[in-house]
Amino acid sequence: MDIKKGILLWLPLVPDIIGNELNLIVALFIGIAFGFILEQAGFSTSKKLVGLFYGYDFTVLRVFFTAGITAMIGVIAFGHFGILDLNLIYVNPTFIWSAVIGGIIMGLGFVIGGFCPGTSVCAAAIGKIDAMIFIAGSFLGVFLFAEGYPLFEEFYKSGFWGYPHMFETLGMSQAAFAVLLTVAAVVTFIATSLIEKE
Amino acid sequence: MKKNEYMNPYLAGFFLGLLLLVTIFITGRGLGASGAFKSGVIATVNSILPSHVADTRYYTEFFEEHKENPLKSWLVFEVIGVVIGAFASGLISNRLGFKLERSPSVTSRIRIISAIFGGLLFGFGSQLGRGCTSGAALSGMAVMSTGGIITMIAIFGGAYAFAYFFRKLWI
Repeated sequence: MDIKKGILLWLPLVPDIIGNELNLIVALFIGIAFGFILEQAGFSTSKKLVGLFYGYDFTVLRVFFTAGITAMIGVIAFGHFGILDLNLIYVNPTFIWSAVIGGIIMGLGFVIGGFCPGTSVCAAAIGKIDAMIFIAGSFLGVFLFAEGYPLFEEFYKSGFWGYPHMFETLGMSQAAFAVLLTVAAVVTFIATSLIEKE
Repeated sequence: MKKNEYMNPYLAGFFLGLLLLVTIFITGRGLGASGAFKSGVIATVNSILPSHVADTRYYTEFFEEHKENPLKSWLVFEVIGVVIGAFASGLISNRLGFKLERSPSVTSRIRIISAIFGGLLFGFGSQLGRGCTSGAALSGMAVMSTGGIITMIAIFGGAYAFAYFFRKLWI
């Protein structure tokens, strides 16, 4: 913990307050909640997941963007009120080329396989055999990447931009970006519900 | 809750967002899934061919950061939790049962091949992109990471771009 401007900035709790062993127990409980929510939302069926890409089921979009916006606003608010030190939380690095190409390959895998890694585990847990097969395929994909790594390493590490936030990359304030993203999400929610009615 | 019915997507999203916020609050980073797959692959290869792991760069880079057993990791425990939580949800909502889910227009054989091949691509892409829909896209969006948000756009954009060519698998 460190004290700045009279405000107690704690977190993150790990590793200072929560030790490593307890952290794994925390991971287990967070995972239980994660799996429960994903399954309740309907992420345990490939038909529902790919429905987004064929315009017959927008569940993924609604759950995903509501979750992302909720967490983002929470992170900003916690930072604002000094509950969370935003300088200490993990921000994914930006390797521009591997982010774009890796993402496109994942998108292709999504429409062919019908799952992403988290949802495949969720679906396999309730007995979906196609999800179990998808997981086996994923292991194979990770293995192939690992074995072929010398071929991909240069590309994998190219285009490193550091650890920027999107609002910095776009040259706007954090608040403006948060409002813009929230408005974009709400507009998308309304638009998809109109599409659904037709 | 009535059996077989799914939760309202906005409510589920709100709960998922709160869980992600709590996760960031406690651990300093978000949720994930493909990282556990990576640990699983590395643990498997390491138990079968330890000498091969020792002289393969991707594995040695992993072990430089993870001194312990690759399965003793935060994401592996989280994914074990996902299995338990999803199973409990399926039990409560009466959705348990072995089933190879497929569109009526494709054979089981085609569904099996597409599941393997789709998984393979997703697994490969998640390594290249340093995370999947959970760790890169969703958690990246929560912390407003440029890389995470670009990966998110690429995943959904890529899926839309390729959807037409694979429509016969689903509709």
